[in-house]
Amino acid sequence: MKPFIEKFAEKGFLFSAILSASITISILSFMLFFSLPLFKGGEVAEFFTFGWNPYEGRFGILPMMAGTGIIAFLALFIATPFGIGCSALISVFPKQSFGIFLRKAVEFMTGIPTVIHGFVAIFLLVPFIREIFEKGTGICVLSASIMLAFLILPTIVLFLSDAFNAVPKSYLDAADSLGATPVQKLIYVIIPSTWKGIISGLVLAAGRAVGDTLISLMIAGNALQIPRGLDDAARTLTAHIALIIASDYESPEFKSIFICGLILFFFTTLIVLFLRLLGHFKILRDR
Amino acid sequence: MRKEVVDGLFPAIAGTLLLILTSIIWAIPIGVASGIYLAEYCNLKWKPVFNFLLDLLAGIPSILVGLFGFAVSVFLHKHLSEHIYPCFLISTLALACLVLPYIIRTTEQSLVDLPFFVKTTGLALGASRLQNILLILIPYNLSRIISGIILAIGRCAEDTAVIMLTGVVAMAGIPNSLLSQYEALPFYIFYISSDYNSQEELMKGFGACIILLSICVFLFTLSHLLKRKAAIRFAIHTLILPERKVMFRQNPNIETRNKFEYQMTK
Repeated sequence: MKPFIEKFAEKGFLFSAILSASITISILSFMLFFSLPLFKGGEVAEFFTFGWNPYEGRFGILPMMAGTGIIAFLALFIATPFGIGCSALISVFPKQSFGIFLRKAVEFMTGIPTVIHGFVAIFLLVPFIREIFEKGTGICVLSASIMLAFLILPTIVLFLSDAFNAVPKSYLDAADSLGATPVQKLIYVIIPSTWKGIISGLVLAAGRAVGDTLISLMIAGNALQIPRGLDDAARTLTAHIALIIASDYESPEFKSIFICGLILFFFTTLIVLFLRLLGHFKILRDR
Repeated sequence: MRKEVVDGLFPAIAGTLLLILTSIIWAIPIGVASGIYLAEYCNLKWKPVFNFLLDLLAGIPSILVGLFGFAVSVFLHKHLSEHIYPCFLISTLALACLVLPYIIRTTEQSLVDLPFFVKTTGLALGASRLQNILLILIPYNLSRIISGIILAIGRCAEDTAVIMLTGVVAMAGIPNSLLSQYEALPFYIFYISSDYNSQEELMKGFGACIILLSICVFLFTLSHLLKRKAAIRFAIHTLILPERKVMFRQNPNIETRNKFEYQMTK
């Protein structure tokens, strides 16, 4: 017979675990609850069109999905080479104080608030971009992607340098004894043996890039169009959610943000499932 | 006097601090208790389910958590009371949801990573399971758990997307009740960046940036120092066993050693 307090504590622990796990489920169910009328009415197909014009009754969210995809892809495209370079400098090349300093600096970057990234970008990056393109305001897809690349760089670097550190020492010793230079070691030994880790790190970073709100809200321009060039403005799904503040809770605009929410939710689920497929459980530990 | 204070950044700073304090009060008990449950009590049948749901919660974009808070307030407005709007209370609850996974994961991981002899000594001396957890395991690893909590506080301080949808406004003064609207530093920065009228306002925006940055940097450094302290203590304590001593000599990197330790206890 266990004492009462033991049983009580165990129940309490169980209850809080169930409570925290049920938050995820309730987020999903609230999204479904608010977008359910649309599914019932068969108006869902209408949302996956290219036009958004509330006054004409058109609520296509495809431009926002395209904007999200383009900005996130560009950010990943910019950040990947830098990420691989930094993590190689940290983990592969002979340990120097510079590598340690770089890792500390990158860890420090994770602590900087997103809104400050955006604020600084408006006053430093945007005028620079404006001068390069020589037209427009400088608030465009390119600025948002560059800033987003900055934001996801720490995720990539920390993840990859951990992955590079986990390469079995015997592999490295074998490469060393065959006379490989550090660069050859990186290209022929470390990258092939950690491709799973590299892909997981990039997927994780893609998740962050898609989920970020402030950068795209502040410096992507929020225009309702599919961007045709790097100097065009665009709107992402997250910024769309933040921008629509409809007072009328029954309006289609209001309901469309829950469709956006559902899309983001399923995207997150896909990322989590994909990372599990590659053998990464407990994602937070890897961040 | 009062007028001068209201005009400055003080309401935003006070709002941010109150926001952090209240959300962390919600999040700590639930987070730590869930971490303990996952590390010590949960059976293998349910653990994957909990892990999956918590991973998902950790991965969800913060704007979705904000949207969730907003949806809850709309729901309550319709079905419970006409007086409920997005407010301070809803914001703190949503922020607590956002940072829960961080607290749960650090608590769980710090308990799982403990060496086997620490976990079993108390039990061998006749302590009950609860006594073992509360009196031995948690104090042993307290600095690591606290470092996780501080990291969560930092997330609370910096997050803008959640509070933007759940009741923060540009001018509100210090919140005087849980159901009122409030100001916060990150939102103030966002607001200034999109809509400033004079050089003076812009300077205020930069001031808010510096204050927020120094809050975050302070919390981040503190969390890092505590984590480091925990790692060093961990290394010293586990050096007692001879085979570990050999391992340490081969691989002096503390973090790699922790991983190895974790695999061994698994």
